[in-house]
Amino acid sequence: MEAASITETASAGPPARKLGDVINAYALPALLIAALVAQFVYDQTGTLNDIKTGLSNGTIWALIALGYTLVYGIVELINFAHGEVFMIGSFVSVSLWATFGVDERTGIPLMILSIIVVLAIAMLASGTLNVLIERVAYRPLRNAPRLAPLITAIGMSFILQNVGLLWRPTPDSAPDLIGSQKDYFTIFHVGIEHSDVFAVVVTVPLLVALLWFIGATRYGKAMRATAQDPDAARLMGIDVDRTIQLTFLLGGLMAGAAGLIYALYNGTIRFNQGFTAGLIAFTAAVMGGIGNLKGAVIGGLIIGVIQAVSDSGEYLGLPLGPQWTPAVVFGVLIMVMVFRPQGLFGEETREG
Amino acid sequence: MADTFRRTRDVVAGTLPPPAWMLAGLALAILFPYIAGTGSLLDASIQTLAYIIMALGLNIVVGFAGLLDLGYVAFYAIGAFVIGWFGSQQFPDINGGKGIHILASDRSTFQLKLNGTKAEIPGIHVNFFIVIFIAMAITAVWGILLGGPTLRLRGDYLAIVTLAFGEIVPRIFENSTSGLFGIGRTDFSNGRQGITPIDTINLPWSKSAVYTDFNLRPAYWVALAMVVFTVFVNRRLRDSRLGRAWIAVREDEVAAAAMGVNLVRTKLWAYAIGAAFGGFAGAFLGSYNNTVNVDQFEFGFSVFVLAMIIIGGMGNIWGVIVGAVALSMLNRYGLPELNQLNIGFDPTSVSYGVFGFFLLIMMVLRPEGFLPSGRRRLELHEAEIEGGDAAVVGDMSQMYEVRQ
Repeated sequence: MEAASITETASAGPPARKLGDVINAYALPALLIAALVAQFVYDQTGTLNDIKTGLSNGTIWALIALGYTLVYGIVELINFAHGEVFMIGSFVSVSLWATFGVDERTGIPLMILSIIVVLAIAMLASGTLNVLIERVAYRPLRNAPRLAPLITAIGMSFILQNVGLLWRPTPDSAPDLIGSQKDYFTIFHVGIEHSDVFAVVVTVPLLVALLWFIGATRYGKAMRATAQDPDAARLMGIDVDRTIQLTFLLGGLMAGAAGLIYALYNGTIRFNQGFTAGLIAFTAAVMGGIGNLKGAVIGGLIIGVIQAVSDSGEYLGLPLGPQWTPAVVFGVLIMVMVFRPQGLFGEETREG
Repeated sequence: MADTFRRTRDVVAGTLPPPAWMLAGLALAILFPYIAGTGSLLDASIQTLAYIIMALGLNIVVGFAGLLDLGYVAFYAIGAFVIGWFGSQQFPDINGGKGIHILASDRSTFQLKLNGTKAEIPGIHVNFFIVIFIAMAITAVWGILLGGPTLRLRGDYLAIVTLAFGEIVPRIFENSTSGLFGIGRTDFSNGRQGITPIDTINLPWSKSAVYTDFNLRPAYWVALAMVVFTVFVNRRLRDSRLGRAWIAVREDEVAAAAMGVNLVRTKLWAYAIGAAFGGFAGAFLGSYNNTVNVDQFEFGFSVFVLAMIIIGGMGNIWGVIVGAVALSMLNRYGLPELNQLNIGFDPTSVSYGVFGFFLLIMMVLRPEGFLPSGRRRLELHEAEIEGGDAAVVGDMSQMYEVRQ
């Protein structure tokens, strides 16, 4: 998959390697791996279980992170409202199932059909919403200082969160269509549940399709060109506005899919799920090197594992637990920002 | 006509109102409790005064120095917890159960036992007027600690890191029920329940508390004095050498550094002073609300304060005050009034949605705010003034200045 990073510059030659650079490049991943290995030595089954939970959960973060990274790559804006687009995807899915009376008693063929249809509708709804947000909140501010679109993004996020609040004020349960708690099979004493398989089976084709679209089609080429230099792209006959719209559409589609998977995976939906999920996914995007698609996916998986380890209640005997998980994730975000703002795979990104 | 209007507005916004107007305004503010009565309006005014202090503090960081801070609520939290610790019975075992009392009034020093004898109240009870300055000092230190690591970052990266701090700090307080960071045994926060009751504002020479639930006026005057102090400090800072350095950094960091501005020191001062006012107001609100709990410290509050300074006019002290009054009164009266219209839902539940809407509209239609500082208006309308070339082409490389 050539040029998965959409901000990659063609002219970037091989960077000169010095010892400091090497330490800088590998310190963070090495630290993360060492932390995980230490925990594995301490508690093998628990750690394997955490890795499993983290990877399947991480695929959802990866889907959302792709939306952040795509948009940041092309307009260098943190689309704050992206988490809320994901939340709307969840709400649309659950509302559709409730409207058509699909629940765990429905027959299997109809159930699978309903999941596919609802997935398509949720993706379209979120994609359209994301395009609308771009039109209303970001396009009028193309020439303003960059603080301005960030603030409208926050405003948009609050508006959508409150739309969610009016739509479903209390946490709602999603129908357990996939029998999420049931074990499929067990390896190394780790039960692989239906929900894990479901998350991976739905997510991976979407990720591959997106990477293919951006890497191989002419629309993807236009996006990469716009990300590098919008003015030059315009001179080459690329419709920059259309390309930006397409970027937002793709990000929204992924967020909508993530919304559906999240609803089925977790079983509950809540109007403020988007805020936390958005920040987690953004952390993933930053960790992978924002603007880098593969980086976002890997960042999502890493954050998933970190979360699972923190959720499980202890790390090397230190008391942790779900109440500390947000602090742990945001702590990781700060560490990445401070020590390696270009992210794990950020060497390819454009230098300022 | 429009020109005259603009010139008048420039005088009002760019410079200060004449001293006579300021004195008249201050006199009106002092006499206000006699007009407002002692009920809900006075209560709302006291909250508003505290929000003005916060908005002015955030304005130093965002408006003067141009560092977008989305985690300002962290300093509110720290300030409130400082008064929670220094003015309540949170640590009952301290000093052998007899407590520590420093210039505290009788009301927070002794309690009447059933048999009529007086007994000392356990816990730490330091006079309110000392605690607010302790809170300022502690939050200033935290402002530097949180600002330090972010010095290399710019724009939205900085915003995200501050947001992360704003999320972490309340989590730490919430989870410190057995030792800070879960290390040790002392309960620092009572978890989600929070610390309550908290000592009220008291004067060392008065035997009983000055402020009671039935008499809000002294609390109002204390808050007003705090606002006057804040405005005074802000004005002096803005016109100082440091204030000019902040504006230089906001306008162009690289050029400022080239002209000899010490970026590290300038930014850290902005964080420290901005945070100190957050803690100042936080300690007051902790005492006034009589409780400190983590539900008060959500991300929405940071945005609420940010919306105040954006809607009022970033960087302009008077604009910020107008914005703070407008938003906090809207929050208190505007939205509940809408409820009378029977629109099918409770508008107060979506108040943050309404603020979000204001932010959006304001940024798209009038990004400089109601009362902009002259310089900032110029900056935001640069493209129009320079002759719309950049505006037509949509020069994104200029808009999204190169990060890092």
